[in-house]
Amino acid sequence: MNKSRGYIIQTVFIGVAILFSIRLFSLQVLDDSYKTAADNNIIQEEIEYPFRGLIYDRNGEILVANKAIFDLLVIPTQLKNFDTIRFCNLVGITVEEFDTKVNKAKAYSYVKASLFIKQISLEDFSKFQDYLDEFSGFVLQPRTTRSYTYPILSNALGYISEISKYELRKDTLNYYHSGDYIGKSGLESNYETYLRGLRGKQFKIRNVRGVEKGKFKDGQFDTLAVPGFSITSTIDRTLQEYAEKLMKGKSGSIVAIEPSTGEILSIVSAPSYDPGMLSGKDFSQNFGVIKQDTLKPLFNRPLMAAYRPGSIFKIVQSLVALQEGVITPYSRFKCNTNLIGCHNGASHPFGTSEKLVGAIKNSCNPFFYQVMRKMVVQNVEDSPYLDAKIGLDKWNKYIKNFGFGAPLGIDLPGEKGGLIPDSKYYDRAYRGREWKYSNIYSLSIGEGENLVVPIQMANFTATVANRGYYYTPHLVKAISNTGKPLPIYTQKKYTGVDSAYFEIAVEAMAEVIKSGTGQYRAKLKDIEVCGKTGTVQNDPNPDHSVFIAFAPRNNPKIAVSVYVENAGQGARAAAAISGLLIEKYLKKDSATLYFEPYVLKGDFE
Amino acid sequence: MSRSEGLINHLDWITIILYGLLVLFGVVNIYAAIYDVDTTTSFFSFSHNGGKQMVFIGLAIIVAIVILSVDYKIYDTLAYPVWVIFMILLVVVMIFAREVNGAKSWLEIGPFRFQPSEFTKFATALALAKYVSKPNFKMGKLKDVFYTGLIISTPAVLIIAQGDAGTALVFSMFILVLFREGMSPIALVLGVASAIIFLLALLVQNDIYFWTPVVVIVGLSVYFNRKSIKRILIFIFLGASIIGMYHSVGYAFDNFLKPHQQNRILVLLNPNSDPLGAGWNVTQSKIAIGSGGLTGKGYLKGTQTKFDFVPEQSTDFIFCTIGEEQGWIGSMIVIILFTALLLRITQIAERQKWRFARVYGYSVATILFFHFMVNIGMTIGLFPVIGIPLPFFSYGGSSLISFTILVFILLALDANRMQRLAH
Repeated sequence: MNKSRGYIIQTVFIGVAILFSIRLFSLQVLDDSYKTAADNNIIQEEIEYPFRGLIYDRNGEILVANKAIFDLLVIPTQLKNFDTIRFCNLVGITVEEFDTKVNKAKAYSYVKASLFIKQISLEDFSKFQDYLDEFSGFVLQPRTTRSYTYPILSNALGYISEISKYELRKDTLNYYHSGDYIGKSGLESNYETYLRGLRGKQFKIRNVRGVEKGKFKDGQFDTLAVPGFSITSTIDRTLQEYAEKLMKGKSGSIVAIEPSTGEILSIVSAPSYDPGMLSGKDFSQNFGVIKQDTLKPLFNRPLMAAYRPGSIFKIVQSLVALQEGVITPYSRFKCNTNLIGCHNGASHPFGTSEKLVGAIKNSCNPFFYQVMRKMVVQNVEDSPYLDAKIGLDKWNKYIKNFGFGAPLGIDLPGEKGGLIPDSKYYDRAYRGREWKYSNIYSLSIGEGENLVVPIQMANFTATVANRGYYYTPHLVKAISNTGKPLPIYTQKKYTGVDSAYFEIAVEAMAEVIKSGTGQYRAKLKDIEVCGKTGTVQNDPNPDHSVFIAFAPRNNPKIAVSVYVENAGQGARAAAAISGLLIEKYLKKDSATLYFEPYVLKGDFE
Repeated sequence: MSRSEGLINHLDWITIILYGLLVLFGVVNIYAAIYDVDTTTSFFSFSHNGGKQMVFIGLAIIVAIVILSVDYKIYDTLAYPVWVIFMILLVVVMIFAREVNGAKSWLEIGPFRFQPSEFTKFATALALAKYVSKPNFKMGKLKDVFYTGLIISTPAVLIIAQGDAGTALVFSMFILVLFREGMSPIALVLGVASAIIFLLALLVQNDIYFWTPVVVIVGLSVYFNRKSIKRILIFIFLGASIIGMYHSVGYAFDNFLKPHQQNRILVLLNPNSDPLGAGWNVTQSKIAIGSGGLTGKGYLKGTQTKFDFVPEQSTDFIFCTIGEEQGWIGSMIVIILFTALLLRITQIAERQKWRFARVYGYSVATILFFHFMVNIGMTIGLFPVIGIPLPFFSYGGSSLISFTILVFILLALDANRMQRLAH
């Protein structure tokens, strides 16, 4: 009997051996998580942040560069014999903050580095750099943030800041990590994938005390950081600076385009802010201030502010009507103010019968009322309602070919499309009730439901300057990998209106400057400027002053649209600014800039 | 036939070979456990634990030869005196020793230091063997229960007093030996049952889950045995004691265990409760072994052990190095070697005609088994962390030499078994 107990004991021995074998098999062979856990223990990923691409102006001047900042990281296990008070004094935090941060780091990992203080500027860093050796457990992570050579162009350049949780979730390719910087607006956002470069990674092995023990697998997974591509913008720094100077203290926008390429020479949204405010550690504080400004400096007016086009639209109407064949350059229409009001005066009394050029020069409302009626009411249908629909949709197609009514596709985020109504629009607006031309005639003079944004106006000006085509306006003329702009910006877009008709429009616009009523402020010695005023009604507030112009008349180099909100007639503020910009750009240092004091004074009544 | 020739012929070479393989595999892994990538030292450098272990192995061989050379009857003759000497040493240690890791168990004489508690294992085995093998011993007789209890529990109590509860637990294994010698299994069953109730008391969150099954089972048992008043009383008594025990566990746990011991048990029940504190050792040990995979990371290529994530890597947690660097295959070799040794020793014990030798043989087997089970069990998260070495593997002279003595006395007795007639 006792001998059999010997077998029981042996069975227990074998039982334990089998239990261990199974347990070991499941730990070692079946369960892979321990391998990962072992790697996670020793591998410390060190990130080498890439150098973000620079942004140059069209003449190679640096607009946006990088500056060094430092993130201070803490490794909790290495905090030994620590003089907390001295440390806090050096880096400028309180002991309570210190404790909170250290506890937070400990909760993440004792042996891995966590962020302690972020974005320490070079100046602050130099204050305690020499003493940092005394404090074990702290590591510096050099990074870069943006620095700006000139305090200009902030809305177009945009800014970078830490990636949001939402953006991280959207990043399905897992390029970004939490804490990375990402372009949030402007060029920084639009060209993010070119500018950001490639993060370098080094996998270091660390022991339990966080002491480095070499490279993981001899560095076979390590990569070097690849700097981002630099971009050369189309902006002319001198012109941009001057344009911003002229817009100081005003609300509105300026867009200047080189017609032959579609390159934006200057783009101003006023009021604006110093781009340096949104860089570095004061970001959150400054962002709050800018965001709460009632004048909305972050609202990028040239792309986002929609205005009624006003009288400038009469040029568009002429071109469309000519192409459609409903008028000729010699058609005359009487200034019949029973149809619609007009600004009659000595040169354009009631009842005058103007030809097209004269009508544009004098901005005759009844003339264009009748032109538009010929366009919309073509009598192809018996019903005046159905007829108006067909006419309006034909008109809408033409207008949209000029780049109105939809975003142009500029290389900045947030561009709005404005509105060019079609028959569906009015069907919706009238909720099934009938409508005809007499309901929508305000469109003829650029009022009514039409909405355009300043960039579209500038593009239209460039189109006229080019006599019929345009390149989509853009802000980047070269990305350093290809030396070219994005391909879509090298495609010519035609309006579908013959260039011969554009010559008539050009002549009219030249006439406006030469002998128009108040437009002398855009007139320049030696340079033939072509332009058109637009005064956008803005009841009950003062009108917006709008002006478009290009110059010289032949082989134009610059086309501008200027919006000055609540500044009254287009012939005043906007015309003067247009003239100054054109002169500044074409004559550089020999410009006389006669109206500069007038503009800077800012009193346009 | 000369005496030495006879000895060599009668030695159990299977045991010696298994012993040798374990010791060799052990020292190779101690070298790996201590190996530092930056400062490569020679295997035989004495500044290195691997080198020191080589010295201990040399000493162990000398000790083994001495054990085999002396007259085997001396172990019977000197059993009690040896036991008494080591009990005295245990007391001496308590008085004079410095505290290391919360325990006063090291005796220092000049540059040498050793741990008497390691040696009390074979001393107790000898004394127990001698007592049980005396002609008028009768299992269950009050006087004999008292003396066997005294022999086993005196060293256990003294070692607990030193603060080394882990080593003291080894002495519980002598119950298995007594079981083999005819002790009623009730003691064993009660022991296992108490352990289960203890664990349940810690695991069960709501008393209802414990009460309900106990009450239902007792109720059913009473119902089916309703004809016998005596049985009904027994079942009710059993049920009441189980529930009483269940409720006293919490009290015992809080009051009799040291905080670090409580932690080790709680961590076993839920290893993720405190991964950076009490659970660290087990977590890192499991990561080390688990990351070894089927074939391991390769000799000297373990990261968990090389970079000190595993504590006590050359002593109590030496199995981690094997698991990590040699994988499942290496671990299985260790388990198979150990199990083979345990079974071989059991067979040797069974073939003894002399009860003294058989009882001693079972003592050797169960002591080794306990170390094997608890040590490897703790590294793979099946047992609480109890600081006892893995025989032949863990670095340490006291441990290696005491296990060598333990095994080779048995071999000496076995080699001479033919000269002794059964009692």
